[in-house]
Amino acid sequence: MDTDVLVIGGGNAALCAALMAREAGASVLLLESAPRAWRGGNSSHTRNLRCMHDAPQDVLVEAYPEEEFWQDLLKVTAGRTDEALARLVIRASSTCRPWMQRHGVRFQPSLSGTLSLSRTNAFFMGGGKALVNAYYRSAERLGVRIRYQAPVDRIELADGRFVAARVGGERLTARACVLAAGGFESNREWLREAWGTNDRGEWPADQFLIRGTRYNQGVLLKHLLDDHGADRIGDPTQAHMVAIDARAPLYDGGICTRIDCVSLGVVVSREARRFHDEGEDFWPKRYAIWGRLVAQQPGQIGYSIIDAKAIGRFMPPVFPGVTADTLPELARRLGLDEAAFMQTLNAYNAACRAGTFDHTTLDDCRTEGIPPAKTHWARPIDTPPFHGYALRPGVTFTYLGLRTDETAAVRFGGEPSPNLFVAGEMMAGNVLGQGYTAGVGMSIGTAFGRIAGTQAARAALGQEVRHAVA
Amino acid sequence: MQSLEALTRDARALAQGQPVALSPAESEVARQLTVCNACRYCEGFCAVFPAMTRRLDFAQADVHYLANLCHNCGACLHACQYASPHEFGINIPQAMARVRGQTYADYAWPPALGALYRRNGLVLALALAIGLALFLLLAAAGQGGLRGPAGGSSFYAVFPHNLLVGLFAPVFGFAVLALALGVRRFWRAVKPATSGQPATPPAVAEATHDVLRLKYLDGGHGEGCNNEDDAYSLARRRAHHLTFYGFLLCFAATSVATLYHYLFGWVAPYDWPSLPKLLGGTGGLMLMAGTAGLWQLNRRRDPAHGDVAQKPMDLGFIALLFLTSASGLALWAARGTPALTVVLCLHLGAVMTLFLTLPYGKFAHGVFRAAALLRYAVEKRHPNPVGLGAE
Repeated sequence: MDTDVLVIGGGNAALCAALMAREAGASVLLLESAPRAWRGGNSSHTRNLRCMHDAPQDVLVEAYPEEEFWQDLLKVTAGRTDEALARLVIRASSTCRPWMQRHGVRFQPSLSGTLSLSRTNAFFMGGGKALVNAYYRSAERLGVRIRYQAPVDRIELADGRFVAARVGGERLTARACVLAAGGFESNREWLREAWGTNDRGEWPADQFLIRGTRYNQGVLLKHLLDDHGADRIGDPTQAHMVAIDARAPLYDGGICTRIDCVSLGVVVSREARRFHDEGEDFWPKRYAIWGRLVAQQPGQIGYSIIDAKAIGRFMPPVFPGVTADTLPELARRLGLDEAAFMQTLNAYNAACRAGTFDHTTLDDCRTEGIPPAKTHWARPIDTPPFHGYALRPGVTFTYLGLRTDETAAVRFGGEPSPNLFVAGEMMAGNVLGQGYTAGVGMSIGTAFGRIAGTQAARAALGQEVRHAVA
Repeated sequence: MQSLEALTRDARALAQGQPVALSPAESEVARQLTVCNACRYCEGFCAVFPAMTRRLDFAQADVHYLANLCHNCGACLHACQYASPHEFGINIPQAMARVRGQTYADYAWPPALGALYRRNGLVLALALAIGLALFLLLAAAGQGGLRGPAGGSSFYAVFPHNLLVGLFAPVFGFAVLALALGVRRFWRAVKPATSGQPATPPAVAEATHDVLRLKYLDGGHGEGCNNEDDAYSLARRRAHHLTFYGFLLCFAATSVATLYHYLFGWVAPYDWPSLPKLLGGTGGLMLMAGTAGLWQLNRRRDPAHGDVAQKPMDLGFIALLFLTSASGLALWAARGTPALTVVLCLHLGAVMTLFLTLPYGKFAHGVFRAAALLRYAVEKRHPNPVGLGAE
């Protein structure tokens, strides 16, 4: 069958592209590498998108203006971003929700325990899998052809122009193509190669857990970068990485494996030493740095230690912690050196300066005279029972990708392709050079997915398409 | 039924101040809710998940309460990132349904009859056979036999009014008593786990509203629940409304007729148009349409929803309600024909079966769910015992 727009990928960005292209009148074929039960890639694990808004909207309170969003992004990326593309995403986030709702996505107020996100993030009712389901239903209804278990291993280009994609021995031609097949985070070999060895002779990436889909092998990303010489963006070691429960499954652990009690206690390394200020800032603003922090520790492991005072103040963890009535016993049960552990804990406890504990503000409970300091919510860990959780780096998605521009075109030697576009994790590195802020991945995927779909339809149909991207 | 061993274990645990050991079905709910509580994506769908976030552990009373709060709408299964084939294997509608079935049996009064839930299909079939046989035999023994008295015009010529009252009143009275005592046991068990506070008028008003509108079959977004796939549909909510309100109208018809009989001495059958006919006719049609819809939806339902072992109970109850309404309407048509007696036996047999099995079948879901919704309406008006939301 004749295809105007071929969409490679099956997550949020791919679906946004397919829907926009179809709405513009193009015939669309979407290729999802996963079987139907695992469709949607990492989007199935998401829960919200970060939205700019100047006044309260249905599920969003107060306002989150463009400038504040931009400053937040600038802060977390430490400037490793492209302002024009970032602002494009930010503005698109303020207008995309009615379109999402038309395709069946429903929103709900911020979840309990996520009060701090009620202003900035619109939560999907039922989470990302419900969103993915809604988009697939809408796509099917509109006549988008969908094939599961159809992994594309290479594409044919002629002078930067997309010609065809190969699924095994099958050759699929189309007038335009959108690449939205995810990052390479599920490819353990590639992660290993990217991270290399550290000073201790360890291969840190061997200890990483993957929070999302097992299907993001980066096959097309590598193919485009290495075989076609597409312009690249980003550093292969940069990724959205959080500290998760060390017992999480290798893939698809998703949100529930997060350990959210870091700011309520201390975190020690395998050598029972603290290594970072646990109370630097509110947890939702800091959770995304802890994956990398743990990755830098010996053995790529950390231990979050809390006492009874913390129970009930953080999202309940999915697996029970290791529990003990005394700190030395906890050290033994966690397999940590008891003397070193007690030295660290005693020093920390002695350094805590009494203040007024308030987990909802940057309070005045802090340590004095120990490196590293704990600057807020520092209270002695002295009330049994004590709990410990082993932490591992959990990779959400990688930032190495294809360089693009405001038309979402893939670029070769600085020249945009006339009919090959990119969206989602494959290009998120254009906006996210490092760091992360909750929900921005879905903002990028939605904005660029919609742009890529519109541009691909335009390229395929050779005319001005019906609707422009807001 | 709990085994002696399990009872002994529970008694020992209670004596030692430990929580009662959970059954496999209850443990499964507790396991799954621990995953859900660390995720919470489904909070907007229904009352179960907001109620869950008020807890860190799931003891038996919590599990029983939450299982009965669940309407088996299926939304959280289709939205679940941890549903099979994920290794966590989360399926809340199914886990809840299994416990729910168990709670009906465990809280049943008298306890010995709780076992009737377990083979409900068989129980319904037997009860129906007994109900039909009873009236057919009575009719055959009566004046005119199964062809009925001459003219075939009056029910009471077939079965004297006092005989019918004498048969139905005690059975109905027992059904109401058994349901009331069963749900009281449930209420007492879950009350301490749901704030321990008594019901207040606003809580009662909210729970009533949630029951009468079937609020938690609207999916939280108003588009309904899931049936055969991940698409939302209001069909089940509407079919249930037809069934529920049809049932109420039929009940109202009978009540009005009873008042007519005793207060005014107006003896059935009533002619059209009359209040009992109006109520009964409308109710009967609604009940037929509603149960036909529910049957179809149930047959097409994703098999992952709910507990397949309870399908005979669900379908049996639906079929019995259909038979009751269809035979009731058929009576109307059979008036003045020789078929009246047989149709009347069929209708009375069906109604008798319905009453007999009321406290030990699907009907119980309405009573237990209403109680759980009321506990939810009470609990949510009290501060969250878990000090979250402080990030």
